[in-house]
Amino acid sequence: MPHFEGDIEKIGMEESSSPQSSSSAVHELERDAAEASSPPAVGVHDAANLNDMNDNDDRQFEFEEFTEEEIEAAATSVPESRPSVNIPPHSAIQSAGPGATPELMEMFYQRLFPFKALFQWLNHFPSPTSSFTNREIAFTLQNDAYLRYQSFPTYDAMKKEVIRLNPSRFEIGPVYSANPRDRKIVRKAAFRPLEKELVFDIDMTDYDEIRTCCSGTKICNKCWNFITVAIKVLDVALRVDFGFKHVLWVYSGRRGAHAWVCDKRARELDDAKRRAVASYLELVRGGAQSNKKVNLKRPLHPMVTRSLNILRESFSSTILVDQDPWRAPEHVDKLLKLLPDKALNQELKKRWETTSDQSSASKWADIDSLAQQGVSKSLDAKELKEAKQDVVLEYLYPRLDAEVSKHLNHLLKSPFCIHPGTGRVCVPINSARPETFDPMDVPTVSQLIDEIDEYDATHGTSESSEKLADYEKTSLKPYVEYFHRFVSDLMKEEMKEKRQLDQENGESLDF
Amino acid sequence: MFRTQKRRALERTNFGKEVVREQDYPDRLNMYLIPPLAEITLDQFEEWALDRLRILSEIETCLFRNRNMKMTEQTVKPLLEQYLALSPNSVSGRVSKGSQLDDERKKDHYSHFILRLAFCRTDDLRRRFVKAETVLFRIRYTSADITEQHALLARYNFGWTPVSDDEKRSLQEFLSFSSSESTYATSSGESYFKVPFERVPELIESRKVFLKDGVAYVPASQQLSLILNEFSEKLERALEVTARALPRLDEDDRLLPILAHLSKGFVAPEYIPDNSTTGALGHGVVRAAQVDSLVPHFPLCMRTLHSALRRDSHLRYFGRQQYGLFLKGIGLSVEEALTFWRTSFSKCTDEKFSKEYRYNIRHNYGLEGNRRNYKPRSCAQILTDAAPGANEHHGCPYRHFSEDNLVAAIQGLGVSDQGVLRGVRDDVRNKQYHVACTRVFEATHKAVGAKSAVGVGVGMESITHPNLYFDRSMQFAKQVETVENESGK
Repeated sequence: MPHFEGDIEKIGMEESSSPQSSSSAVHELERDAAEASSPPAVGVHDAANLNDMNDNDDRQFEFEEFTEEEIEAAATSVPESRPSVNIPPHSAIQSAGPGATPELMEMFYQRLFPFKALFQWLNHFPSPTSSFTNREIAFTLQNDAYLRYQSFPTYDAMKKEVIRLNPSRFEIGPVYSANPRDRKIVRKAAFRPLEKELVFDIDMTDYDEIRTCCSGTKICNKCWNFITVAIKVLDVALRVDFGFKHVLWVYSGRRGAHAWVCDKRARELDDAKRRAVASYLELVRGGAQSNKKVNLKRPLHPMVTRSLNILRESFSSTILVDQDPWRAPEHVDKLLKLLPDKALNQELKKRWETTSDQSSASKWADIDSLAQQGVSKSLDAKELKEAKQDVVLEYLYPRLDAEVSKHLNHLLKSPFCIHPGTGRVCVPINSARPETFDPMDVPTVSQLIDEIDEYDATHGTSESSEKLADYEKTSLKPYVEYFHRFVSDLMKEEMKEKRQLDQENGESLDF
Repeated sequence: MFRTQKRRALERTNFGKEVVREQDYPDRLNMYLIPPLAEITLDQFEEWALDRLRILSEIETCLFRNRNMKMTEQTVKPLLEQYLALSPNSVSGRVSKGSQLDDERKKDHYSHFILRLAFCRTDDLRRRFVKAETVLFRIRYTSADITEQHALLARYNFGWTPVSDDEKRSLQEFLSFSSSESTYATSSGESYFKVPFERVPELIESRKVFLKDGVAYVPASQQLSLILNEFSEKLERALEVTARALPRLDEDDRLLPILAHLSKGFVAPEYIPDNSTTGALGHGVVRAAQVDSLVPHFPLCMRTLHSALRRDSHLRYFGRQQYGLFLKGIGLSVEEALTFWRTSFSKCTDEKFSKEYRYNIRHNYGLEGNRRNYKPRSCAQILTDAAPGANEHHGCPYRHFSEDNLVAAIQGLGVSDQGVLRGVRDDVRNKQYHVACTRVFEATHKAVGAKSAVGVGVGMESITHPNLYFDRSMQFAKQVETVENESGK
């Protein structure tokens, strides 16, 4: 019985968690909302916090109840309609962040946000089905109120409501067995989440202890490499190992990325299976007090071997050169702690103490060269090699916020929302070439509005430009087109499957 | 004594006027796919159900205590012999119908289905019933001999596709990683099954099988996991069906009271605050300023959180939850809790504090949102909840610390006895985290106790809740005080 400890712990947890003390914060959130007494469950959040659950280090799962009037007030506190041109760029900078003023947001929703494609993406079918109509959408309004359990019959209705409420962002939740707006009317048991895309969240926060180039909310191209590598490794695993075909990667707007696995099979996974997939992919585990965060059995699982091969390519550039984590003499302990042989470690320490400015690359090379010189009698070459593999994994293997993936009812920010801190659009990342994606190049909302104006100014309101959709006049175009292609591939497959199913049913009826 | 012949009403609704017949039990392992159809007496109905319930309760207790499979088996087996024996075909030899063998199997079969009726009603009961029944099935399956196991596989067709030799050869490179740990199959000759990955979540979770295109290649040695999964999934689905059918069960008042009574008997053991200690402190009497002085009575997990909080003037979400609810448990009122966290988060502005943290604290006290009065987390919850990530300090130190850091932390509590440290290391390796914690409790209190000749209850029940650790420690300190006072007189 090689795997029973895991079972027992799992069982133990579920057995012991009485309804009152069940602990998952996400569930808490859900339960709260389900039982909240006044109709729309709304809450106050720190906007930055909500924006990426992990953007700050605090996870917030909380909200308060508001009256309808307050929501109305929040929604209408922004001018209802306004002229669509001439926003002076300075006004944008003065307020919230680089560009996300309520005025700009509203224009963005009106003219640029791809509502139709978003609808098709969530619906998998041209005409509205329960995949869309029973889907929870949650809004974060400009005053930080949080409005859960919204749903819409059509994308037009959704667009109207988004423009009216003008939320600073919105999140996508699961498809429920009944319309989320009716959750008070239907029996409790009849209202449960049925399916949702399998989602993953990678955030730079989890790399803070190893990245040396930036800290906090900052990012640069050096540390973005962590995310690039993470996308490569996870994308292969999802496609090759699990056989998923429709994996959408989305920039989170600041310093992370989300993955949405949209295959039917992925959408239908229950919590236990989601947890299984997330744990399968999670190698780096452990808190502040566990020295070694990668502990793997040998021989390595084929997935780990493959990941290692991918990581090795960028280890020397991303870690040894760019991050250079062990250059300072006081930082070498971190590396030595991960190596197994005491005698070798002493020799390495001695050598590194005398040189004050030795690069990480050369220190990494020292490990093997000293080992070959035979400074340690007890050295186990295999053990050392394995420890070095673990170092590569610990520094470069994707660090997942696994909790996000484990629950069917976890909400995740919609693609094409605006990050209020940066003003950047949460655009899709082409997973075939993640290395070409540069977060600094992602258009901001104010830039996009300027681009429309600029285009209209230079091209006039000629016939040809009238025909163009607004996004086609801007640098958002390639991202929207990528999303269109993704959605149409997904829809094609869903409809093919549906036809097959219908055919089979038809045949059996004939028979 | 009048014995009411009671036909099982559920079966009647399902099967109409089907002829009542005895079922055949060719072997003792039963997946319980077919409900029993024969009549039994009301007395049997209740007695059999209670006997099975005894077993399931014991299993649940073991799970709750985080006992491993072997220990659970050892605890449950004698009870099984007594209340729900199931003898194999080979031992007593199969005699005619109505023999002891058939009676045993019938009892097993019927009692399972009776309890289904009792436990299908709520989500929680269903979940617990499935867990406990699956463990029971596991114990029986693993103690069955190989022919019985094969018979089970032959009887129930699970639809697993065997991997052809050609495919096996072409994938040998990938399949071989798992063979080194397989217990009884030789690596090259091991056979594999192909199943959709959704069917074997626990094998996926622990990366025990090779996965390609959504198909898991399960070595024959891992069959157990497949079968258990099959068992619990079928049972789960069946319970849901039963739950839906139950209201339509046109029942008189003979069965329902029994069923209601049965489900009440299946209560998970839980930590209940001991009034004798919290009473001494008085609930709600601990003040924010006193927390630091009480730290010596905290278990290691809470000390870790406390010192991290003091060092960083901050704790992340899960840490705040774990520590905050613990403090609530030792008697911090909500006002005191707000004071405590406000002063502890010294680097944060008043505005940020009320915006981000105030709500959560009040929420834990049932003053916000759904107004649920949350309880402190138990060890089982702490062990299995989200593991701490980078820069997080929650969780159980015995589980989540590296061994060196753990030993250093325990030495920091003043434990230097090598025997104790070795014991802790062994416990941790055996994943007996609560035993390790109890050991440390004994070691840290022995020194204090020895001075005034107060013994630490050796052989006491192990710590299963951080607040239990605290309560015991307080109680102990009080005893020591009394003894010292008396000797002082």
